[in-house]
Amino acid sequence: MSSTTAGAAAPIDAARTPADRRHINRLGLLVALGGITMLFAAFTSAYIVRSGGGDWAALELPPVLWMSTALIVGSSLTLELARRAFQRGSLPSFRSWSAATAALGTGFLASQYAAWLSLNEAGIYLQSHPKSSFFFVLTGVHAVHLLAGVVALLALFGLAAAGRLVPGRSDAPTLTAIYWHFVGGLWIYLLAVLSLLG
Amino acid sequence: MEHEKQGFVSRYIFSFDHKMIGKQYFTLAMSMGFIGGILAVLIRLQLGFPSQPWPFLENLFPVGMASGIMTPEFYVSLFTMHGTIMVFFLLSLLPVSGFGNFLIPLQIGARDMAFPFLNMLSFWTVVPGAIIIIISFFVEGGAAASGWTAYPPLSGIRSAIPGSGLGQTLWLVGMIFFVASFTMGGLNFVVTILNLRTKGLRMMRMPLTTWAQFVVGILGLLSFPALAAGALLLTFDRSLGTSFFLPAGIFIGDTLMPHEGGTPLLWQHLFWFLGHPEVYIIMLPAMGFTSDILATFCRRPIFGYRSMVYAIMAIGTLSFLVWGHHMFVSGMSPFLGSLFVVTTLAIAIPSAVKAFNWLFTIARARIQFTSASLFGLGVVSLFVTGGLTGIFLGTNAVDIQLHDTYFVVGHFHFIMAGAGLFGAFGAVYYWYPKMFGRMLSERLGKIHFWITFVAYYAVFFPMHYLGVSGMMRRIYDPNVYEFLQPLQPVNLFITISAFVLFAGQLVFIYNYFVSMRRGAPATANPWNAAGLEWSAPAHPGHGNWEGEIPPAHRWPYDYSEPGKKRDFTPQWEA
Repeated sequence: MSSTTAGAAAPIDAARTPADRRHINRLGLLVALGGITMLFAAFTSAYIVRSGGGDWAALELPPVLWMSTALIVGSSLTLELARRAFQRGSLPSFRSWSAATAALGTGFLASQYAAWLSLNEAGIYLQSHPKSSFFFVLTGVHAVHLLAGVVALLALFGLAAAGRLVPGRSDAPTLTAIYWHFVGGLWIYLLAVLSLLG
Repeated sequence: MEHEKQGFVSRYIFSFDHKMIGKQYFTLAMSMGFIGGILAVLIRLQLGFPSQPWPFLENLFPVGMASGIMTPEFYVSLFTMHGTIMVFFLLSLLPVSGFGNFLIPLQIGARDMAFPFLNMLSFWTVVPGAIIIIISFFVEGGAAASGWTAYPPLSGIRSAIPGSGLGQTLWLVGMIFFVASFTMGGLNFVVTILNLRTKGLRMMRMPLTTWAQFVVGILGLLSFPALAAGALLLTFDRSLGTSFFLPAGIFIGDTLMPHEGGTPLLWQHLFWFLGHPEVYIIMLPAMGFTSDILATFCRRPIFGYRSMVYAIMAIGTLSFLVWGHHMFVSGMSPFLGSLFVVTTLAIAIPSAVKAFNWLFTIARARIQFTSASLFGLGVVSLFVTGGLTGIFLGTNAVDIQLHDTYFVVGHFHFIMAGAGLFGAFGAVYYWYPKMFGRMLSERLGKIHFWITFVAYYAVFFPMHYLGVSGMMRRIYDPNVYEFLQPLQPVNLFITISAFVLFAGQLVFIYNYFVSMRRGAPATANPWNAAGLEWSAPAHPGHGNWEGEIPPAHRWPYDYSEPGKKRDFTPQWEA
């Protein structure tokens, strides 16, 4: 598989078997999720410290966030269906469920944007008070992570179109699903922080 | 080798080979270190000869050295950027990103890192960060000037001082690039070490260098996101009018800032939650190099291998629980402060375990005095010196007196900067044959060591005395205070020693680059070392081993076993 004389610029795969590679990729993803978790842990601790300040004010969360929540939970379900379809080897079913996931994910982003607009209409902006600042920062950083998930889904489409997604061999759908479920769970966590703490 | 097939770009620039990526990091880190060294020389120029004109410097820095005299604003930028460049772009990049990438696959018997593409991406993410940091010297207002710790409000209000403007913005952007790159690297380290060890290489058979890099990877992944979060919030405060860190009632000139209710201390918590693990991100690899080097040149198994591994883990864990010791004077509750004293002093235990294990490894050994082993012994010396002053500073009652004085500057230049740097130098002398297939000049190496060692003590030891005498850490001109004027001869002595220290590094740079072409050709195992990396050819190609990857039959420290003909048994021999 690999030797010292490989003159081409292609990377040498240090994994000895495809199963090795799969394990490595999954572990790499989990470790990356650990890093993202620490990012949001840092935000949370900043949130808790800052909420002790005298100028902390409550913020009524826009109701459209419930729609966001429904969309992101729904998107995790459709992606799970897509992943299982892929494992069964049913590519057409995989394609339609993952298309539904991308649509729901984009819908989530739109719904979050609507939440921002509805706050703005109520005269609440990023710099209005500390809780609004945190609201925009946390939802914004989370949206960037979800956007990365949408990009991963699009990449999956590209791979599928190029015939490079092979059921039983390709692990990319599972990796994308793990990431997607994580970002969904992260949203539930952030919603809990924003509505229960301070 | 069929290197002809491979174009210049794919081989030297966008390479996937962990060894080439490691060398790219070397080049970047050494260039940044050289710049950081020049900044140090300029800092010492001001402290040794306060406000004396140096007309030729005006050509280089027309604003900061107008008519050749250093302005206070420029001085503040200098020490800010000296710290930033040295801590992140030299002392993190060289031992961790450089040696980590170069050594981990060789030491664990892997063809490459787990994610070669991510590895390349990580290097090409830190390059723009480094360029942005350097460019910031030449923008309006000059480089960032709020210290390497970037405490708000100074770093949070763009109009506070000249360096708080575009310079500070670029600092934050550069750091975000650095954090992104470093966390990608850490991920690669952890996954590679967990998954790609060759047959027979149990975790408890890994060299201590790899153990250190493993823990460093975890530390980086867990601590750097806190800095990313802080940097993002600070950017919002600076540019979008939020008040995460900025309190009410700040006047800049006659203008009242609109911020309200923010807590500057919050930044300190976020910063030091990264900042203290970062100290060990720098220190642990140096400890690992030292263990490997001392074992080889003492021809002795490393003393207390298991306790060394546990000490690395203990230091890594404790490093997350001590950040408050940087904040004793911030007005924190004395009770909380006492807790941080306890966790801080607890680090003395695993640290002492390491120091004593090194001493037991050295004791009554017939040491081969090579450049590498001299630098390894240098690490032990600096580590003990800096560790002892750490006990002073870790105790809040004493720290409140010594905080923000030159005592602190002396302390961390010994323990973190010095031990980290000496460890990296030792590692270069030791592994250079594997990097370039040639030997460094031992004669120049020893000259380099003795200049560096003596000059290092001459520069930083007297700083403890300055600090106890009350000289402030970031003072531009100590002579403005009458009580500091008698210290001027000490400052002059330090400055001259600093010039010598800098000049000594030129010997190293010359040796490093000239030996690449003219050094004596190296054999595969020039030191008769037992570690797995020495089973690879003298100048390994992409993929590291020509045939099968050798299995590990033992740990890498089998030296001078009684009853054996050879005084070492390589790890790859049954």
